Amino acid sequence: MKKEERLPAGAHFIMGNIALAEGAIAAGCNFVSGYPITPASEIVNRLSVLLPGAGGGFLQTEDEISAICAAIGASWAGCKAMTATSGPGFSLMQENIGFAVATETPLVIVDVQRLGPSTGVPSVGVAGDVIQAARGSHGDYQIIALSPESPQEMFDMTIRAFNLAETYRVPVFILADAFIGHMREQVVIPAQDNVSLLNRKIPAPGTDPMSRQDFLDPAVAPMPVFGRGLKAHVTSSCHDKNGMRNLSDPASMHAFIMKPIEKILTQRDRIVETESDYRSGDTLLVSYGTVSRSAKAALAKGRAAGFKIGLLRLKTIWPFASKEIEAAAQKVKRMVVLENNTGQLFPYIKADAAAYCRVDFMGPRILGQIPDPDDVLKYIQETT
Amino acid sequence: MDAIEHPLRKYTRPHVTRTTTCPGCGNGIVAQAILRAIDELGLEMDDFVFVSGIGCSAWIPSPLFAADTLHTTHGRPVAFATGVKLGRPDMNVMVVSGDGDLTAIGGNHLIHAARKNIDLTVVLVNNGIYGMTGGQTAPTTPLGLTTITSPYGTMEHPLDISATIVAAGAPFVARWTTAHPRQLTRSIKKGLQKKGFAMIEAISQCPVQFGRVSKLGKATDFLQHYKKNSISFSKASGLSREELAGRIVIGEFVDIEKPELSSQWMDLKHQMGQEAQCHNKQ
Ligand SMILES: Cc1ncc(C[n+]2csc(CCOP(=O)(O)OP(=O)(O)O)c2C)c(N)n1
Ligand code: SF4
Repeated sequence: MKKEERLPAGAHFIMGNIALAEGAIAAGCNFVSGYPITPASEIVNRLSVLLPGAGGGFLQTEDEISAICAAIGASWAGCKAMTATSGPGFSLMQENIGFAVATETPLVIVDVQRLGPSTGVPSVGVAGDVIQAARGSHGDYQIIALSPESPQEMFDMTIRAFNLAETYRVPVFILADAFIGHMREQVVIPAQDNVSLLNRKIPAPGTDPMSRQDFLDPAVAPMPVFGRGLKAHVTSSCHDKNGMRNLSDPASMHAFIMKPIEKILTQRDRIVETESDYRSGDTLLVSYGTVSRSAKAALAKGRAAGFKIGLLRLKTIWPFASKEIEAAAQKVKRMVVLENNTGQLFPYIKADAAAYCRVDFMGPRILGQIPDPDDVLKYIQETT
Repeated sequence: MDAIEHPLRKYTRPHVTRTTTCPGCGNGIVAQAILRAIDELGLEMDDFVFVSGIGCSAWIPSPLFAADTLHTTHGRPVAFATGVKLGRPDMNVMVVSGDGDLTAIGGNHLIHAARKNIDLTVVLVNNGIYGMTGGQTAPTTPLGLTTITSPYGTMEHPLDISATIVAAGAPFVARWTTAHPRQLTRSIKKGLQKKGFAMIEAISQCPVQFGRVSKLGKATDFLQHYKKNSISFSKASGLSREELAGRIVIGEFVDIEKPELSSQWMDLKHQMGQEAQCHNKQ
């Protein structure tokens, strides 16, 4: 049988979704389950070709509910697991995203966002699932979500997503969109030796689960993966640090909710990444994902034309970059928030910045159309 | 003198000293049939992953069984178990859950796992009702029975789960009642040995919820009822629909060989010069 090879190290002109699939292989991903949906399909299509030759497996499931469940099951079997979908499929996954959070399961979940609600427009990228990613499942929790702005970042951030998932034993989201997923651009693939990979810690074999503390550790407990004689008890119901169900003790309930949240928030300085380029007194363009490309173009053009403008890009959306936004707000005159939706992160940004500077939202004139850089500059001029 | 220990106690977690099951519930009989099958086959609990969903029956292995146990969301255990099996094809992966869990909310997963023929052993505990949530209609509730959510008698026809899973292509399907613990154990053993998707349906008494609405009485009355009304698969095949009304057809409905999914994956990886298993080296 002919083994389909991954792309060799070097520069390639490829689609964002293909870059993401190549990134998954480079990250050591060895289990992918998915159900076809535009604009995410190329990811699973490509991985179904590559995985067997990379020691992995691909499962096309009967729906997105089984896709995420199978990925969680495979993660507990010791695999580096991933699933990729788009809006409607992402909605179907929500109940079991909560399961992954509650059981501290490392996993990468890709949402190549499309215009919604409902079946919406598959080929148009609107970043409409930004809040759903963090709040779509019931209950209180925190997640890690990365926001790529280019095919290159589809590759790089996928490797980072797997490393974060393994390090913190959490589901990690890649919130791409149809534009980045289908855009073709140069992607530089590094030699595999230059890709640093991290793996989850696993407890020593033969130890009694009641003497181990496999769960609810903000410092990240070793994960008792299956098949190693660890007799792990894994339940998404409220459990104690041994994993044993406890539905009556208020302290256990508190810990069940708070410890996984603390696990992410205490490490936020290691997780949160932003890109910034601003000076004191600037008008700051705050953006993420596809629309930040427009912000960057406006920055270059505007500065050349004598505008006092700067840029802050959120490379991670969750946990939220409150600290970085607050610090910027203290230096700049005004923030203009550019989002490829009706303003999903705007209230969060405003909450952190409004005490220090003026904060405005500039949505797309027509949803699904990335604003023209000239429009951005015009908006700044007209509203100053 | 030391108290005599139950011969199957060695397969349960030492710190678990009670279960959530009501007195007289069939879950205890099913739990014993599973553990006895493992015992008689001489299998190690460390080679098992038990996966269950939500409902009274889903609590059979969790947290009782001293093995890797994955207690999942309502209806999804088969989907989770599929990922576990593909990740660790060398493990015995057993799903234990109720009829509501596996056929109502989870019906699609069950059908497709049978179709794909992935090597899972599914013990489906069919008590004809939603026990855990207080006695609502299940897809298996007999026509006309008055339940909490069918106060005028259910107008829906019950699902023949075993027939459905035979039709979906499973290579091993059997049905027994809790009045047939030996046969149940034997079929679970066969299911475990079958390289492929095996479902064993266990008709089981819920004296608390089903008993309340059916007026069938105590657990022992259920067992008498099962004994009296069961008919073997071979005998049933000659009877008309009318003659079969109210009867429980028991036996092994199918026992064949066909290519299995996780081993086909291992073969494919092997052909590509890759290691058979996908779990982390670390
Ligand atoms: C998504 C979801 N919907 C509903 C429930 C509530 N629920 C818990 S158990 C159950 C039915 C269980 O019935 P069955 O599988 O027959 O198990 P039994 O309790 O009878 O053994 C339901 C509807 C749930 N936990 N999750
Ligand atoms: S409610 Fe019924 S099924 Fe549930 S434990 Fe009690 S007797 Fe068993």
